[in-house]
Amino acid sequence: MASTALEELHPPLGEESLGVVHGKLGMWTFLVMDAMTFAGFLAGYARLRWGVGGGADIPWPYPYDTFGQVGIQLTAFNTFILVCSSVSMVHSLAAALKGNMKTAQNWMLATIIGGLFFLGIQGFEWTHLIKDIFFNGDIKNVNFAATFFCLTGFHGCHVAVGVIYNLIMFLGMRSGKIHQGNASLVEIAGLYWHFVDLVWILVFTFVYLI
Amino acid sequence: MSTTAKGYLAPLTKEAETSTWVYLKEWFCSTDAKRIGVMYIIFSIIMGLVGLAESLAIRIELAAPGPTFVSDATYMTLPGMHATAMIFFFIIPLYTGFANFLVPIQIGAPDMAFPKLNLCAFWILPPAALITFSSVLFQVFGVDLVVPPDFGWTAYPPLSTAAYNSNIGADLWIMGVILVGTSSTMGAVNFLSTVFNMRCKNMTFFQLPLFTWALVVTSFLILASTPVLSSAMLMLQLERTMPELFSFFSPQGGGDPILYQHLFWFYSHPAVYIMIMPGFGIISEIIPTFSRKPIFGYSVMVWSMIAIAVLGFVVWAHHMFTSGIATEVRAGFMFLTMLIAVPTGIKIFSWLGTMWGGSLKFDTPMLFATGFLIMFTIGGLSGVTLASVPVDIELHDTYYVVAHIHYVLVAGALMTIFAGFYFWWPKITGLMYDERLGRIHFWLTTIFINVTFFVQHYLGVKGMPRRYFDYDPSFADLNLVSSLGSFALAAAQLILFANIALSLKRKVAATANPWKDAKTLEWALSSPPPHHNFDEDPVWEPVERGHGPASHDAHPQPAE
Repeated sequence: MASTALEELHPPLGEESLGVVHGKLGMWTFLVMDAMTFAGFLAGYARLRWGVGGGADIPWPYPYDTFGQVGIQLTAFNTFILVCSSVSMVHSLAAALKGNMKTAQNWMLATIIGGLFFLGIQGFEWTHLIKDIFFNGDIKNVNFAATFFCLTGFHGCHVAVGVIYNLIMFLGMRSGKIHQGNASLVEIAGLYWHFVDLVWILVFTFVYLI
Repeated sequence: MSTTAKGYLAPLTKEAETSTWVYLKEWFCSTDAKRIGVMYIIFSIIMGLVGLAESLAIRIELAAPGPTFVSDATYMTLPGMHATAMIFFFIIPLYTGFANFLVPIQIGAPDMAFPKLNLCAFWILPPAALITFSSVLFQVFGVDLVVPPDFGWTAYPPLSTAAYNSNIGADLWIMGVILVGTSSTMGAVNFLSTVFNMRCKNMTFFQLPLFTWALVVTSFLILASTPVLSSAMLMLQLERTMPELFSFFSPQGGGDPILYQHLFWFYSHPAVYIMIMPGFGIISEIIPTFSRKPIFGYSVMVWSMIAIAVLGFVVWAHHMFTSGIATEVRAGFMFLTMLIAVPTGIKIFSWLGTMWGGSLKFDTPMLFATGFLIMFTIGGLSGVTLASVPVDIELHDTYYVVAHIHYVLVAGALMTIFAGFYFWWPKITGLMYDERLGRIHFWLTTIFINVTFFVQHYLGVKGMPRRYFDYDPSFADLNLVSSLGSFALAAAQLILFANIALSLKRKVAATANPWKDAKTLEWALSSPPPHHNFDEDPVWEPVERGHGPASHDAHPQPAE
């Protein structure tokens, strides 16, 4: 890994090391932490939905009834977009590793647009749910609303941060600060983006499908 | 003293040499892990004094039955704020301070992997402390607008929901705790990246000093447990702010208070190990040095730390034996909890094995290490009794638990902090301390820790509940003993501060290795170490980790 530019950013690797840049280790360890944060929210969801006690007298709403067929299909489409943006992220990294920075830049732009699209659809869905369903008194079980907004909102924040992160990568490529020599920066951004994608698959499965 | 002898303490620019303000600014913006470490240590000592003041207020109130010193409403806020100060702002950051100073040097690196992240992690702490304790300031100045939360450091709902604790002081407390958690996870990411990636030549994983190993294990504990507390706190905060919309924990809204306890203890049990593991590391450095022998069972020491960390994640429900969880679950957690005594016992016996047949020197650090060994064992044994479900149901929320936690954290963690403080003081400041004052400090501290906390075992067994404002007059005598002990214990700490002041005034320069038998890399550097630690990349001389008669083919290869 050509790392002259990286050495300006970070102290050098030791003689004994894992042989990857510091940033990658930092991102992986950060993702352990982030995964545990989501685990906390998911554990809360699972306990309130399937645990004993709690709001047992008000049944947990059936997702299909709450979101409706259109709602679930819309979110499935949204999931598809997020997965596609992960694919474009992989293309961006592949191009950057080959030194095709112009191509990498375009794929990164596609990733950003995918993220923004996801946020847009989620915002639309939230508006609809808040205005037409939750405040209409259609949903009696407040635990459902609480866990739903908590999980999807926390994930949405991650997507928003990811979009900003990718935007910084995009601008870095455009100004030439990110090039073939430090393409690991793109790889690290990709780790985060794929993680956010992966978490969404879990959230989608638990909240919308089961 | 010349500039070169001042090491990392020396001002970096001409202006900083003449102006104190510029020099201070240089410290506040420094990305040198050693300076950040020292800032961590100073900050945590200040917060430790806050926690100490709160504990003294508790002991004054409890010295005699009936209302004596503070109002009952004020008293209810004290135990929680004392615990918050001591756990989140004293012990954990103090260890982080030592680690910042020592881990890069011990692995032969110039600095941490992410120096700016390191500085950022530190600077989250003072605002977090201000946010958390602003309610106490309001209380001290007699403003009723903001009062500290009175739900203890555990913040169990429904007591901590808006229905019972609507004051903004509780919201500030939650925010502060989330910020501290963020800071310590930033530190953990940094330590792991540093140790994994920046070791010098020949410093393979099974050559790492045990203090560094302890920090690796602690960092994993922090990474995997702290975020769960953050998510629980975020849910609690949402429920407090918008009780109509968000309901997770309060039974009125169909929530489950036990869920909070699970999430909370999933963090807070590993947190106990976060608060003792670096201490184990410190003791593992000190005992070999002053026994003039290599550590006994090095690799077993490492594996037992890993075992404690793994087991630490599967025992959390032993804090909830009286909350109505199923008997089968309680039996399982009881078994797993008792299992932790095995790796801990391995550590205790390995330390004893290190001392066995050694040529012992009892300087102050070694005195504290020995005191730790004995008293921590008492704390560990009272832990095993509490792990037993039937006994715990009897002793839950009594002073027995208070005695246990203080034997683990005061007679355990605090003793290791003192040991490490005396051990590395010459390295950090380049100055020697007064050995005689150090010994007096040790003896008074050890005696009065036992006077303060040992009687609490008996009070607990007799049924005195914890966190109560008042108690039955039959408990009066032992409570008075405990209170007098705590005042004497606090007074004994003045000797430590006198020692620090004397050391700074007398300026007796320390040599590079004042203990002569210390082997890790920090002792190869001048005291205090220079900026960027090593002039040229160091090469570690691999240490023979085996024991018994030398048989060269039986020696394990250093593992990757």
